[in-house]
Amino acid sequence: MATRKETPSTPTAPMASTSPGATLDSPVKQIQIEGLVVLKMIKHYQEEGQGSEVVQGVLLGLVVEDRLEITNCFPFPQHTEDDADFDEVQYQMEMMRSLRHVNIDHLHVGWYQSTYYGSFVSRALLDSQFSYQHAIEESVVLIYDPIKTAQGSLSLKAYRLTPKLMEICKEKDFSAEGLKKALIGFEHMFEEVPIVIENSHLINVLMWELEEKCTVADKHELLNLSSSNHLEKSLQLLMDRVDDMSQDIVKYNTYSRNLSKQQQQKHQYIQRRQQENAQRQTRGETPLPEEDVSKMFKPPQPPPRMDTLLIAGQINNYCQNVKEFTSQNLGKLFMAEALQGHNS
Amino acid sequence: MIGWVRRSISSVSPLSPGNKGNPNQTTVFFFLDVILNWKWANYRKIPLVLTNSHFVFKDFKMVAVRLYRSLGIDSMSVYGPVVKIHPVVLASIGDSYERRNEGASRVIGTLLGTIDKHSVEVTNCFSVPHNESEDEVAVDMEFAKNMYELHKRVSPSEVIVGWYATGFEITEHSVLIHEYYSREATNPIHLTMDTALQSGKMNIRAYLSAQMGVLGKTVGVMFTPLSVKYKYYDTERIGIDLLERTRDAPNTTNGLTSDLCQVGGAAGRVQDMLATVLTYIEDVLSGKQTADNSVGRYLMDLVNKVPKITAEDFETMLNSNINDLLMVTYLSNLTQAQIALNEKIVVL
Repeated sequence: MATRKETPSTPTAPMASTSPGATLDSPVKQIQIEGLVVLKMIKHYQEEGQGSEVVQGVLLGLVVEDRLEITNCFPFPQHTEDDADFDEVQYQMEMMRSLRHVNIDHLHVGWYQSTYYGSFVSRALLDSQFSYQHAIEESVVLIYDPIKTAQGSLSLKAYRLTPKLMEICKEKDFSAEGLKKALIGFEHMFEEVPIVIENSHLINVLMWELEEKCTVADKHELLNLSSSNHLEKSLQLLMDRVDDMSQDIVKYNTYSRNLSKQQQQKHQYIQRRQQENAQRQTRGETPLPEEDVSKMFKPPQPPPRMDTLLIAGQINNYCQNVKEFTSQNLGKLFMAEALQGHNS
Repeated sequence: MIGWVRRSISSVSPLSPGNKGNPNQTTVFFFLDVILNWKWANYRKIPLVLTNSHFVFKDFKMVAVRLYRSLGIDSMSVYGPVVKIHPVVLASIGDSYERRNEGASRVIGTLLGTIDKHSVEVTNCFSVPHNESEDEVAVDMEFAKNMYELHKRVSPSEVIVGWYATGFEITEHSVLIHEYYSREATNPIHLTMDTALQSGKMNIRAYLSAQMGVLGKTVGVMFTPLSVKYKYYDTERIGIDLLERTRDAPNTTNGLTSDLCQVGGAAGRVQDMLATVLTYIEDVLSGKQTADNSVGRYLMDLVNKVPKITAEDFETMLNSNINDLLMVTYLSNLTQAQIALNEKIVVL
């Protein structure tokens, strides 16, 4: 999944202004989505995103007080051609210009992405979201999980980067000291914003009509008791990530071991020097110059901590998903038990 | 009889030893839907035309369509392709109607989709700016072409299949616009949606144009109606379920529910359905309603589908499943604790 270049809004369109009373935590407290956006995202994934590819698109809308209203969206083509980069920017510009003609909100307020079993915490996402949030204060990334949705209920989450993480990304200081200074743990990377769905009255009328005319039965996937497939895949991904994590930990351990070894060597060297100097003084010769110790022993490079943070965040996400899934299934199993018990 | 029916229906034990999804389970629910809608029609006293055809076990959708047709729902006999519309298209049209320019009474746009042998599936649309006055109509064709190119980049399999217009009637201007579209696509479909709700309903209709008149003399165009069906992907259906909640409380907004609430909600719905079926059965038994053979057959199938499991087998299955889930929960908690510890240690 390649990163997308940030595109500033067209010069004629004003950027979404920050809300007048920018609160302490973040300028966006709630996201309001229209039904149309939800349907478009579902359709986009269904048609273009089979398999484990991710589909992406842009969200359009506006900011009202402390709510971010998302009123429309358009999808992004997949990255198959080589000259995709240039086309992307142009595509986006064209699209927004055209949508302006038909009175659709053309203000860029974020982007959406589909995910495979919840594995979206990655460097690419971080970079993309950072560039979006840097340019537009209130932007969010909507994560749509189609597999979870197919299991019974729409799974849509909105994330933003915490201000702390924004600071770090701005300074590009990913070393351990930098992260320690900012006291970032994997829980403080993304903050989730609650989503609310809202439909206009006309769409509500449409819903009533569809209900009447629709010949497709209600989907009762939610009460399905089979769990092994989904669990298997989730656990597989979790295991892969934990392996990555352990590799990272090994790297860090070797680094700290090297560092301490080096410290010891430095000490030894200094002590030897001092001894020698003392001996020379007793013998009446000029002491050897104190060489710059730090130049001799170059400290090893500390491994970057950003990847570890991302992996930890991803593992956390997987665990959350697994727990949600198991709690649902436990509920269903107990229900089935109650029914069976009632019968016998 | 009713005691037996009630007990069997309530013993819905959808576990299967292979630990795979039980395909029978979905059919159980489908039967409930079919029965309920049949029964609802009964209460409305719509004359039922019983199709006495034997009931194909696997082809559930076909049966549903036959049932609905016999319920007297608007199905005109047509010659021509069937139009299958996705809900995205309708929501889009509604949205562009709401955003129309001042003074415009209707909006038009292009329909995109795929064409099969006997059906046209409409999966996407975009609105096209146009100006309409008493005697002339101007459509921004450049814009339409541009938009189509952009859309084509995202989904290369979609082609122009027709155009839509909001409003109740087909005007003379529509003929001109239709002509333009017939240059872009072979046999374009014209879809109308009455967003102004002139007749109290939305009246979504599709038309095909046909030439009429005397050859050599004045030739006119007639729009013949086509049958409209709605097609949903599974995930779309689930999305629509969520959106439907806003229509019950139109002035408030609705959040997405958390996991256990959803299970509770789904269970509640099944309970309602079962209650309706039971009241129907009681009515029939007490003579308030005449028994209906087809419904009876469905009920038999419903009851037969419920697998019979002995208590010990069920216990073992249940326990093993619960053990699996508990173990996974424990493992994920452990992992989370581990990474939290890791963080703290590194920071030290």
